[in-house]
Amino acid sequence: MTDAAMGTRPIPGEPSAWTRLKTNRNWLGFWFMIPAAAFLLLFLAYPLGLGIWLSLTDARIGRPGQFVGLENFEWLSDDPVFWLSVFNTLLYTGVASVFKFAIGLYLAILLNHHLPFKAFLRAIVLLPFIVPTVLSAIAFWWIYDPQFSIISWTLRQLGLISSNIDFLGDPWNARWSVIFANIWRGVPFVAITLLAGLQTVPPSLYEAATIDGASRWQMFRHITYPLLTPIIAVVMTFSVLFTFTDFQLIWAITRGGPVNATHLMATLSYQRAILGGYLGEGAAIATAMIPFLLAAIMVSWFGLQRRKWQQGEADD
Amino acid sequence: MDYLMSTPRKVVTVYIPLSIIVIVLLFPFYWMAITAIKPNQQLVNLDVVNPYWVSEPTLDHIKALLFDTPYLHWMWNTMLVAIVATFLSIVASVLAAYAIVRLRYRGAQWIGGAIFLAYLVPPSILFIPLSIIVVNYGLWDTPVALMLTYPTILIPFSTWLLMGYFKSIPFELEECALIDGASRWQILTKIILPLAVPGLISAGIFAFTLCWNEFIYALTFISTPQNKTVPVAIVSEFVDGDIYRWGSLMAGALLGSVPVAIVYMFFVNYYVSAMTGAVKE
Repeated sequence: MTDAAMGTRPIPGEPSAWTRLKTNRNWLGFWFMIPAAAFLLLFLAYPLGLGIWLSLTDARIGRPGQFVGLENFEWLSDDPVFWLSVFNTLLYTGVASVFKFAIGLYLAILLNHHLPFKAFLRAIVLLPFIVPTVLSAIAFWWIYDPQFSIISWTLRQLGLISSNIDFLGDPWNARWSVIFANIWRGVPFVAITLLAGLQTVPPSLYEAATIDGASRWQMFRHITYPLLTPIIAVVMTFSVLFTFTDFQLIWAITRGGPVNATHLMATLSYQRAILGGYLGEGAAIATAMIPFLLAAIMVSWFGLQRRKWQQGEADD
Repeated sequence: MDYLMSTPRKVVTVYIPLSIIVIVLLFPFYWMAITAIKPNQQLVNLDVVNPYWVSEPTLDHIKALLFDTPYLHWMWNTMLVAIVATFLSIVASVLAAYAIVRLRYRGAQWIGGAIFLAYLVPPSILFIPLSIIVVNYGLWDTPVALMLTYPTILIPFSTWLLMGYFKSIPFELEECALIDGASRWQILTKIILPLAVPGLISAGIFAFTLCWNEFIYALTFISTPQNKTVPVAIVSEFVDGDIYRWGSLMAGALLGSVPVAIVYMFFVNYYVSAMTGAVKE
């Protein structure tokens, strides 16, 4: 403590090396960063690089690989299952994100009204996002059961269908089923975040617009939407990113089946690398996801920047 | 403009759509709960009683789950991993966030940006190389593997969130302490941390629920059934060949959700402010 106290006072001559290490901002910053940096370098940055390296080798489980250049990628480019997984991933991400945004925004606007039990409602709405994905995925697995599905039962009772729907046995049914489960899980996050954004919009703007005779749609289009744009950009970046790299929901409901119809790139890479033992090939599939992720980040980042620039805002 | 709306109009435009969405969002939980207490013959014979209701509730599935399977062991594993990983991450994040926001050392801006980018790196592209690293360090099939890898998911978010909290604490407090001769460490532990308790709680809750939710690392790095975490064990250990033990599956899913749901119900306000605070950054 006395050392530290000395460090902040003007001391004659050069401070000792030890004092400098303890008080110099750059050194202090360095010490404070060590724990976080150690974790992130060892278990994030290094594996990221190792993954890209692995995608250029023919590593298998239990055997370090030889460098093979782009062979894994050439091999994948001729693999229809890989392209099917790319198609599935894009479909899954595209459809789910659009619906998550639309329903999430709608729900946020609904929750922004004066409602009784507001805090309780908000807590309930957030539940699907909080509960571990795998566990709610299991609930969907049971809801989609070919024989005992409650949806089939209800529709049969209503006389709308005559035989059970094969939710997870037919490729397109399975795709829509997992997409629905993903939307169900993602809507709360979008809704609650946008709700917080809505609450920061000053009510005086709406009052002024009401006096000017603006319709509800005009108010939304010209007040709510522009003010929400930054938050929308961030939320949708996250939403797209996490949907694109989703693994657990698919793994718990379909494991990529039927006949690879719901394999995403992440699940295919798990199957090839860990279950199949072809680490190099699995890593190549994972690496192939990186350009898509970068594109998603760039689009929303630059979209956000342009928006800010248009509004002439220095901060948000 | 809310007060301009008449009651019937509000029912049609707000309450009805809101109820429909809430029902859809909650239905899977209801279905999970009701399946967990249904006797087996009601599960597979939908025509005996209305499947939306349960006529003779039974605790057999829950009993079987708790006493005939290592479920409590899985719970313990998950809890242990989540608590240790959360603790490690919060310590690392507090130090990092304080340094980035308050020390403003050279390059702090860039480091902050790098941490944000780290949050965007998904586990599903890291699990293959990480599994090799875990094997090389002799951590395969141990909870330590999860305790050390989960912080890579938790640290970026917690750091980001705590940065927001630290920014909101007046700088003057710190200056006074500096003039009084306090060291940076004393400032952090005696001034900043007590004021940042709500931030610490929300970061802790978020980290804890993320751990509880994590799947792909636990699936890849753990192979012995005894050592699994709840989400992985439930997906892999309840299917005997073609026979799905739905009652136990649903009971397991329900009990696995409860701890997280309880933690979060108590702290929902911190949680929401944390998420939005982070988004606003």
